[in-house]
Amino acid sequence: MAGIRAPIEARVIATDRVRYVGEPVAIVVAGDRYLAEDALDAIEVTYRPLPAVIDPEEAAEPDALVLHETASGNIVSERRFSYGDPDAAFAAAPHRVSVKIHYPRNTGSPMETYGVVAEYDPHEATYDVLANFQGPFSIHAVVARALKVAGNRLRLRMPPESGGSFGVKQGVAPYVVLVAAAARLAGRPVKWIEDRLEHLAASVAATNRVTTLAAAVAGDGEILALDWDQLEDCGAFLRAPEPATLYRMHGNMTGAYAIRHLRMRNRVVLTNKTPTGLVRGFGGPQVYYALERLMARIAAELGLDPLAVIRRNLIVPDAFPYRSASGALYDSGQYQLALDMAVREGGLAELEARREQARAEGRLYGIGFAAVVEPSVSNMGYITTVLSPAERRKAGPKNGAQATATITLDPVGSVTVQVASVPQGQGHRTVLAQVVADELGLHPRDIRVITELDTAKDAWSIASGNYSSRFAPAVAGAAKCAAERLRARLARIAAAQLNAVPDDLLFAGGRIASRRNPESALPFARVASTSHWAPGTVPEDVGEVIRETVFWTPPELTAPSEADETNSSLCHGFIFDFCGVEIDRVTGKARIDRYVTMHDCGRILHPGMVEGQIRGGFVQALGAAFYEELAYGEDGAFLAGTFADYLLPTAPEVPPLDILHIETPSPFTPLGAKGVGEGNCMSTPVCLANAVADALGAEALDLPLTPAKLAALAGDAEPPPPPGQEAGAAPARTGARTLRGEGRALVRAAPERLWAMLLDPRVLASLIPGAHGVRKLSETRFQADVTLGVGPVKGRYKADIELSDLAPPHAVTLSGSIAGALGGGGGKGRITLAPQGDGRTAIEYRYEAFVGGKVASVGGRLLDGAARVIIGQFFAALARRTGDAPSGWRGLLARLTALLGSRR
Amino acid sequence: MKPPPFAYLRAESVEQALTALRQHGDEARILAGGQSLLPMLNMRLTRPAILIDIMRIGALREATVSNGMLAVGAGMRQASLLGRASLAREVPLLAASLPWVGHYQTRARGTVCGSVAHADPSAEIPLCLIALSGSIRLRSARKRRTVPAETFFTGTMMTERADEEMIEAVLLPLAKPGCGYAFAEAARRHGDFAITACAAVAEADRLRLAVGGVADRPVARDLPRLDGSALDDALNDFAWSLGARDDMHATARYRRDLVRKLGRKVLEEAVSCRR
Amino acid sequence: MPQMKAGSRHPVRFTLNGAPASIEAEPRTLLSDALRHHLGATGTHVGCEHGVCGTCTVVIDGAPARSCLTLAVQAEGCDIRTVEGLSPLADRLGILQAAFRRHHALQCGFCTPGILMSLDIFLKSASSPTEEELRDVLGGHLCRCTGYAPIIAAALDAAAALREDAHV
Repeated sequence: MAGIRAPIEARVIATDRVRYVGEPVAIVVAGDRYLAEDALDAIEVTYRPLPAVIDPEEAAEPDALVLHETASGNIVSERRFSYGDPDAAFAAAPHRVSVKIHYPRNTGSPMETYGVVAEYDPHEATYDVLANFQGPFSIHAVVARALKVAGNRLRLRMPPESGGSFGVKQGVAPYVVLVAAAARLAGRPVKWIEDRLEHLAASVAATNRVTTLAAAVAGDGEILALDWDQLEDCGAFLRAPEPATLYRMHGNMTGAYAIRHLRMRNRVVLTNKTPTGLVRGFGGPQVYYALERLMARIAAELGLDPLAVIRRNLIVPDAFPYRSASGALYDSGQYQLALDMAVREGGLAELEARREQARAEGRLYGIGFAAVVEPSVSNMGYITTVLSPAERRKAGPKNGAQATATITLDPVGSVTVQVASVPQGQGHRTVLAQVVADELGLHPRDIRVITELDTAKDAWSIASGNYSSRFAPAVAGAAKCAAERLRARLARIAAAQLNAVPDDLLFAGGRIASRRNPESALPFARVASTSHWAPGTVPEDVGEVIRETVFWTPPELTAPSEADETNSSLCHGFIFDFCGVEIDRVTGKARIDRYVTMHDCGRILHPGMVEGQIRGGFVQALGAAFYEELAYGEDGAFLAGTFADYLLPTAPEVPPLDILHIETPSPFTPLGAKGVGEGNCMSTPVCLANAVADALGAEALDLPLTPAKLAALAGDAEPPPPPGQEAGAAPARTGARTLRGEGRALVRAAPERLWAMLLDPRVLASLIPGAHGVRKLSETRFQADVTLGVGPVKGRYKADIELSDLAPPHAVTLSGSIAGALGGGGGKGRITLAPQGDGRTAIEYRYEAFVGGKVASVGGRLLDGAARVIIGQFFAALARRTGDAPSGWRGLLARLTALLGSRR
Repeated sequence: MKPPPFAYLRAESVEQALTALRQHGDEARILAGGQSLLPMLNMRLTRPAILIDIMRIGALREATVSNGMLAVGAGMRQASLLGRASLAREVPLLAASLPWVGHYQTRARGTVCGSVAHADPSAEIPLCLIALSGSIRLRSARKRRTVPAETFFTGTMMTERADEEMIEAVLLPLAKPGCGYAFAEAARRHGDFAITACAAVAEADRLRLAVGGVADRPVARDLPRLDGSALDDALNDFAWSLGARDDMHATARYRRDLVRKLGRKVLEEAVSCRR
Repeated sequence: MPQMKAGSRHPVRFTLNGAPASIEAEPRTLLSDALRHHLGATGTHVGCEHGVCGTCTVVIDGAPARSCLTLAVQAEGCDIRTVEGLSPLADRLGILQAAFRRHHALQCGFCTPGILMSLDIFLKSASSPTEEELRDVLGGHLCRCTGYAPIIAAALDAAAALREDAHV
């Protein structure tokens, strides 16, 4: 938890309070998964529902419900920063432009879920765990501490490849603890493969964030200062390495722009949602959505061309290496050149012509832009910016980014490369084989690359792992360094045998030859095997040339300064995107006419791999822009538990993508390469949103850009309902899932008689749909077993019913809750009885109800309807029992029936 | 996500399936293509005591034309029907909507009748049945009966089928000369459950629009002629009558908008393709 | 046909990639689990178990099927093909697989077995598919790495190679 000292226990399994849907409450070990799930069904968990706090802004209020009773509030960290003189800049600026963004929750959703196989050896007191963990390996220390063993008693092994991660597989760590503990208790190895429902509900989400960003702007669009207010929602627990999402971008909060004055307030708040963690883009999407929406708004409000506003503020080429206001050292860049090339080669003029024509024809067409600095190779010290300088002094400095590579020469002189990175499809083997082969004058197919990692045997450090786009710049660079060192030493062995000087030797074509005298040559394998077979022939000061391990960390990654200047990342690539989008007036669907993405990721190591990263990142960003949201109801119910609710883009949704490159090598990395994997996750959502905003003339625009949202912005006012039909109250907000209803009826009976009926447990029993038997706990409390369902979806539940606020014979409140394997629900209804003076009584009721748990997560689309049917059944029964079902009730029933349907 | 325990019967005849259904009542479920049932089983949303697999019954796998109807048997997969060369001539509306049912892979397994039995309010095949005033042939061990689609669907995943009955076939009226048909739907992604699906039938003297995905079942309404503002009003009335609700994918208002706008579009298309 | 009891195992026989296979499975055992855990045919992957992601797609009697939405007992007597059956030899790739490799049509490779099976069976029925048709077939699969473009390119390329192969 990055040294934040909030008095909160971050457990991997709930003990007596559950704080988010998906939080583990029990673990079953069985012979197979089928049996384990049978056993889970047999566990009866009794939940006492507590109010939930879902909205980060509400959670941040002083009087908010507090998630952790040991803490004083939900805000677990607050820091303010000031760089330059933002107050003066804002005071002097002629314009102030601001945006407020509610960035939603989404996730990387790899196709392979988490998997853990754990074993405990009681004699060695050692855990041996195989997991598709992706790093950072600083978390190894966290897991060992959670298991209460020293680091050398936790052997963590990672497979040679895993089925995608996109950051998310960092989040397997708490399950490593859980499964390892289970293995210890069970006394045998335990395997756990997460299922998709578990994964969507409770693996890792990116943070949702509320950002208010303001700019002090000159008349020509020059930005004089920025003022960030970020409220970061990390879910129910702050899990390592959070709140890193909020600080990963700290050095580059001014993006691609030369802005010298900067004010920031960062707050971290906890809510009743799944804890957050690494997701591709990691903080970038949240920051750039605000920053690039702001750029578009500045243009709109000042009547300037959006591209001109971007150009006006870009960092100029001779400023590199450029120290940003908040302390990042941008390594290299040619932003203007990239922009000009993209505009020219990407055909911006043509898009503008198309927009003009579309608009002339009354169609909705917009163009969007985004300019983004893509950080890569995280400084392990950036997260300590969350601490005050005094706290940092006390804790000691943290910095660097150790990358590790080992090259081994075996007795036949063949070459094996091993790195402390754990690939999930990024092509480590392809690229490393090429890098090392180039250095040693071999063919890539001669090189064997091993990508599994074993913390008990391999070289690794806290920064090990595959995240923050560190492979090409750092890990491949470390492999190059190791190969260089080996080569230098092999050259000395060869020089001794060839009677040449090492500098004269050329490594090429599997041979080591003298440049001056190419006849004088040795096979590479023979030289490479010398230390095995004839160590006596190796020159004394060369040492054994069998294995070379390099730990590489860049000196630029220093600890945060006393003034909170933070060089959060080593490399800073540049992306400039633009796109044309048309919105269908009928369906609200956005069609991407063209999308152009210009990348400068330094030196390109392998064009195919770079293109793969860009295309993959682009489509994930497309998902974030239009389809994906880990949605919650205001009651805390999780609503996106299946792939029919959490919508990943599929092939028919993906538009053509024009990819352009310029290469400005990084002076800070061995190969001149920078990261490239995350950039489009940062640039694409906002570029698309800017185009949509341009098409619709929209000011505020939050993701995801659903057709319903866009259609509402595109359309006119809705025609009113026909006379006699109610419009129905619109829900107060998205996520409001409370079902509400009310009714009134006149019956021919005195209030006293009705009152007696309502308090009669037998009557009550007959009102509860599917009740198997009612137990009376007291005069006002009842319990029942009920079978509820719609169509084939049926479950057994325990129901609790209570009467309260009794005012005989005028009013009573009826509240109930149900719980079962499929989830739970509850509701409350107030019933009032008013005598009419003519022997009749007016019965009025109002109810509200909710459904939560598994049914809400996996079947929200259908089962909200089902809940209404069940509530309908209850009130239909109430109506029937209250006597003669007069006309008022019939009207209500007809309405309920029409609305809900009911089984005939 | 593993199913709860259940027994399994691979029925070799309709009679055998019906006997088992009669014996087990609502504890039994018919297993055909399994594309709706298996996800619910894997999530343990449903717990039948026994599944009765009807896919080995050759007699159910056919689609036949008689009495002006295309009868599609309970064992016919969606892909087979879509591959029927004469379908576009026989039931053009179904031919237009079948490609929107799930995906290539699920259509290869899913059956036409299974989709009807499942009664998802946004499903395309029930919508076509409603639009065309088709019917459903139910059979129990004791009797057969044919239920009009308009009364068959009673709510979300609920139908008129009794526990001891199975769907033997669905009956779709053949295209009539001089009629036009059109289908369109709006979904978040291609192949998703429709947010709103519209099917239109234009006859010489009648326009009919059926809407799925808005109410708790597909609903059809006869509408006035295309010209004039009466249609706008009628579409608006229809849209408001369906009790649209908000969910995480779309708002109620959006659904009503689609009834008004997409509805008009398919009606116009149906009229223009009358032949 | 006697009914198979819940909770007990029953013999199931089918053909897997041309060879006879037999297992003992409970009625509820999913075909995906039977392939992976009973037969060790772990080439078929499992990504969602609710029929959306397509990772577990196999070919049953010449048609694509989600093996997570198929019971093992339903496979009795069927001809089942999985990704293990695509390559002619253990160290040789089939035409479609080779095209995937050329076009970098996989990164992590987790979704690939299902996609290969769908495309393999589709290309048998459509020798000159359009990009649109391929997108539609691919629409029943989720890939989180590639962005789909290289998969489409590989499929088009494979279709061309298969046409050429058919002419030879």
